[in-house]
Amino acid sequence: MSARNLILADLDGDRTWRLQDYLARGGYAALKKIIAESTPPADIIAEVKASVLRGRGGAGFPTGLKWSFMPRSFPGAKYLACNSDEGEPGTFKDRDILRYNPHSVIEGMIIAAYAMGCERGYNYIHGEIFEVYDRFEEALAEARAAGLLGDKILGSDFSFDLFAHHGYGAYICGEETALLESIEGKKGQPRFKPPFPASYGLYGKPTTINNTETFASVPFILRDGGETFLNYGKPNNGGTKLFSISGHVNRPGNYEIELGTPFSELLEMAGGMRGGRKLKGVIPGGSSSPVVPADIMMDCTMDYDSISKAGSMLGSGAVIVMDETTCMVRALERLSYFYFEESCGQCTPCREGTGWLYRVVHRIEHGLGRPDDLDLLNSVTTNIMGRTICALGDAASMPVQSFVKHFGDEFAYHIEHKTCLVPDDVQREGSKIYVGPSC
Amino acid sequence: MLEIEIDGKQLQVADGSTVMDAANQVGAYIPHFCYHKKLSIAANCRMCLVQVEKAPKPLPACATPVTNGMKVWTKSEAAVKAQKGVMEFLLINHPLDCPICDQGGECQLQDLAVGYGESKSRYQEEKRVVFNKNLGPLVATDMTRCIHCTRCVRFTQEIAGLMELGQAFRGEHSEIMPFVEKTVDSELSGNIIDLCPVGALTSKPFRFAARTWELARRKSVSPHDSLGSNLIVQVKHDVVKRVLPLENEAINECWLSDRDRFSYEGLNCASRLTKPMIRQGDSWQETDWQTALEFAATRLKAVVAAAGAEEFGALLASNATVEELYLAQKLVRGLGSDNVDFRLRQTDFSADAVSQGAPWLGMPVAEIADLNRLLVIGSFFRKDHPLLAQRVRQAAKRGLKVASIHPTADDWLLPVSARMQPKPSEMVAALAAVLKAVADAESKSVDAALTVLLPADMPAEAKAIADMLLSGRQSAIWLGNFAMQHAQAATLRRLAQEIASITGSSFGVIGDAANSVGGYLAGAVPATGGKNAAAMLSESLKSYVLLNVEPSLDSAAGERARAAVAGADFVVNLTAFNSPELRAISHVMLPVSPFTETSGTFVSCEGRAQSFVAVAKPQGDTRPAWKVLRVMGNLLSLDGFDYNDSEAVRADVLDITAFPVANLSNTLDGLTVSGSAASAGIERVADVPIYATDSIVRRAPALQRARDGAAPAAYLSAATMTSLGLNAGDAVEAKTEQGSARLVAKADDTVADGCVRIASAHETTAALGGLSAVVTLERV
Repeated sequence: MSARNLILADLDGDRTWRLQDYLARGGYAALKKIIAESTPPADIIAEVKASVLRGRGGAGFPTGLKWSFMPRSFPGAKYLACNSDEGEPGTFKDRDILRYNPHSVIEGMIIAAYAMGCERGYNYIHGEIFEVYDRFEEALAEARAAGLLGDKILGSDFSFDLFAHHGYGAYICGEETALLESIEGKKGQPRFKPPFPASYGLYGKPTTINNTETFASVPFILRDGGETFLNYGKPNNGGTKLFSISGHVNRPGNYEIELGTPFSELLEMAGGMRGGRKLKGVIPGGSSSPVVPADIMMDCTMDYDSISKAGSMLGSGAVIVMDETTCMVRALERLSYFYFEESCGQCTPCREGTGWLYRVVHRIEHGLGRPDDLDLLNSVTTNIMGRTICALGDAASMPVQSFVKHFGDEFAYHIEHKTCLVPDDVQREGSKIYVGPSC
Repeated sequence: MLEIEIDGKQLQVADGSTVMDAANQVGAYIPHFCYHKKLSIAANCRMCLVQVEKAPKPLPACATPVTNGMKVWTKSEAAVKAQKGVMEFLLINHPLDCPICDQGGECQLQDLAVGYGESKSRYQEEKRVVFNKNLGPLVATDMTRCIHCTRCVRFTQEIAGLMELGQAFRGEHSEIMPFVEKTVDSELSGNIIDLCPVGALTSKPFRFAARTWELARRKSVSPHDSLGSNLIVQVKHDVVKRVLPLENEAINECWLSDRDRFSYEGLNCASRLTKPMIRQGDSWQETDWQTALEFAATRLKAVVAAAGAEEFGALLASNATVEELYLAQKLVRGLGSDNVDFRLRQTDFSADAVSQGAPWLGMPVAEIADLNRLLVIGSFFRKDHPLLAQRVRQAAKRGLKVASIHPTADDWLLPVSARMQPKPSEMVAALAAVLKAVADAESKSVDAALTVLLPADMPAEAKAIADMLLSGRQSAIWLGNFAMQHAQAATLRRLAQEIASITGSSFGVIGDAANSVGGYLAGAVPATGGKNAAAMLSESLKSYVLLNVEPSLDSAAGERARAAVAGADFVVNLTAFNSPELRAISHVMLPVSPFTETSGTFVSCEGRAQSFVAVAKPQGDTRPAWKVLRVMGNLLSLDGFDYNDSEAVRADVLDITAFPVANLSNTLDGLTVSGSAASAGIERVADVPIYATDSIVRRAPALQRARDGAAPAAYLSAATMTSLGLNAGDAVEAKTEQGSARLVAKADDTVADGCVRIASAHETTAALGGLSAVVTLERV
């Protein structure tokens, strides 16, 4: 188990995003083979199932199974959507895939469209990475010009066109049904499910939505076989995955590793802890996943099942590393503010509850906490979780619950002493950025 | 059918039902805010969370489909805990200003907070404040109270047909607002007040006027259009304070048009006539009923004796009750005259000679849902019949295709799949073209009397309408108010009848007023060669009886009608209102009750007779008109005026239990038709604006301030405007044979070329007279 580049393989040149470069890396071979052999769509889905590729957007749902839900014989339009609305704090892997290897996503989507009988696809790109949108548009133009995209792909009877769509930066549009609403030109608000997108999606038609990285994994699976992909990971956790490592490490960035690689190895790849300081906690899967204390994390391997056993989620693979200079109350305050600002306002518990959570954490951080505030936080999060249309309510609650659970003493200290357990100057030294007085 | 168990009760529900549907079926109340049976499911308030067997989380009853064998608990500990959790969230930012909130006492949030709220809040931060929005003169806002259920948003989009409200911004900053400072101008806007579960949207005219528990709730029927919407009139100290819909799925469902809802302000206006008055020279003296009635009877008898009964006639309002219309015509006939009419806006009466009954819709309103083809001829449909159009809008969503033949192409906020836009003088030719198209397509022969009208060739639009009708499974053809007021109304009717017969369509007349059908049944039309409304208003008779008629505004003749009545020797005016016009033309004014202060009956367009009783005591010395007419009959020594109650009068006219009532017919077999009269010049298209239809609405100030209450202007297409050398915004003098009016020219490409749309029923345009006439426009 170690670093292994499938998606980011051979990206050493200066213009790796060009079609030529991608072709030289063996790109579009899978698609060409499928078209040449008229591979039955069911075989493609079976291959993806064999790879045990799980959704890379956060939920980890088996991709092959998702594809098999699409009513292939459904008459009329069917759509494919790629979720590149990467808005979760700490996540920046899809941006790099689109920036350096956009054709892998395009090829993955064409194969997916072929397998599910979709005639139109959209790649919904986060509004705050506009240069990536431009680059993806260029890649689309290259693919169209090469006959890889559009009418009668590579001279076959199969036609599929793909369009880039950029959002305006709302985190909620990363929720798949809000993303569909947004493509339709409406306000990005999640839809109530059921019906699920596979039966009632974009413009009311069957639609499949996958994450950028999921699509980018597909060409490899079809070219080298699902079995090969699976073997890079561990059972039920096929393949490699990109991890966006940020925080108190020496070399933050994206690292593609085999699923099942120990966290300690990943940490080493990222250059280890900055200043050699002690690890305090890790948010292993994007800001909405529960925080894991250092000792538990050091025993984890980086895969869906192991992280789940540790009480958190692999999520999108955004690993936020925090060392001993971190004030956990201040960290949570920042996260809670994010969810408060990004709630769409549709359902009551999330609209009203995220603001409440933020205000309570904020007052604890600022020395105005009350003795029963920790009970209040637990109670409010319980009232939000599982009671909203989409998962944003849960996403806002899980950090609060886990921070309070694992670092309750810091919160209690704040409430009692009206100041941080970690002194301000230590915090300032640790993060090398200005940290204002907390209380 | 699916099996489900709710709170231990077993039941079967139809496939596709939700848990909420099932709970309603067993009478298990699940608390909710955003759910409304007539609106799409939003599932955003989360108040209806219930416990479902095997579900890890509580599920919203409104959006969860029933699966076979499902077990649901709506009041279990887990369900109530979830509901109470949601209630806490709803209340943290709600102002809890119930004592100063107009919704207090009829607030869903207040009611449910009793059961699910805590006595004190755990939220101790500052509450959210949201600036109010100006939605126009009808709906007041207190947006801080909004709980974001989006019922109002979904109503404007789904029921009213135009998304005039939306939820802007995100999260806690979300606000319900109209699009960039606009007002909500829908003719159905008042319904969002009923829908709002809190005090965010309340009635502007009713604001702070009374508390709900102070109000008596009494049933009534709307007098403003031919639908007969059912009302709950709310009364405090015998003053009507508010009008709400009485739910009747067969008629108005749970909606009301703004006209029905806010017209009550007119009932309480300062110009109500509350004492009998007699003219003495140029001045008016208040008097008592005895004196006034004796004066009226004596003088009337004398004038009729001197000038002959044929010089006496009665002009009656088309929203008078069946009882009033019946007694009025009986009085006219008792005095030996046949001059009686209630169709004051009609101009072509040639149908009377061959009519076999009262023209009506030809089908129940509830069956509109089953139609899949509809042709509407000559109608400003949405503004003339707001709730009928709403039903058609819902049917259109399920596949009903609609076509229109009308000089204007107003936005009905529903898809119109085929359209002809003839000038008024070309209406007959347009209809004849459609007739030819359907007859050709079906290879059927056309009635010999009509062949003279058939064109040699026909426009593609006529063919499109014909194809649309013929491709239907269940179709209907309706004539609107404009068609019935047209100078060739009878010919239009006859042609439409023929098209309906060839296409197998249901055929009907929508009717412009509450008693458009009832007036015929009451016999308030000439029967033995007497004068109709147009004849009575074109030349003065010696004496008239008027019942709630303002001649210049309520008749097709406009100013000339006023002059005709003014030329009489003696005019008895039974009226609810006093006005300079009425004072100028009357000799005695008898204050009679509007619909809220009398018992009576309206027969709606679908032939439904609906009786109602007074909801308030008559104001001042006002008396119900049927009683006044009864006493006048006695004073004139006429037979058959011994009724003791209005039910007895009604019994002489119709059987209230019959639906539809008897004697309805749209058939005009044997009519002598008339061809199109070619016209030179700009033709006027006159609408009766939605808030100008009758004397009550015209006196309702809030409605008059609404966008639809705007003063008339001259609306022309850009092409017509160019051909006349006019520019939008020019002041123009519009002239007809009868008179002139000064108006502002406005660009409106929905008006057919060669036409100008100038509203009637308004004092500024009354001088123009005739509803369809050639108009010259000059810049001034």
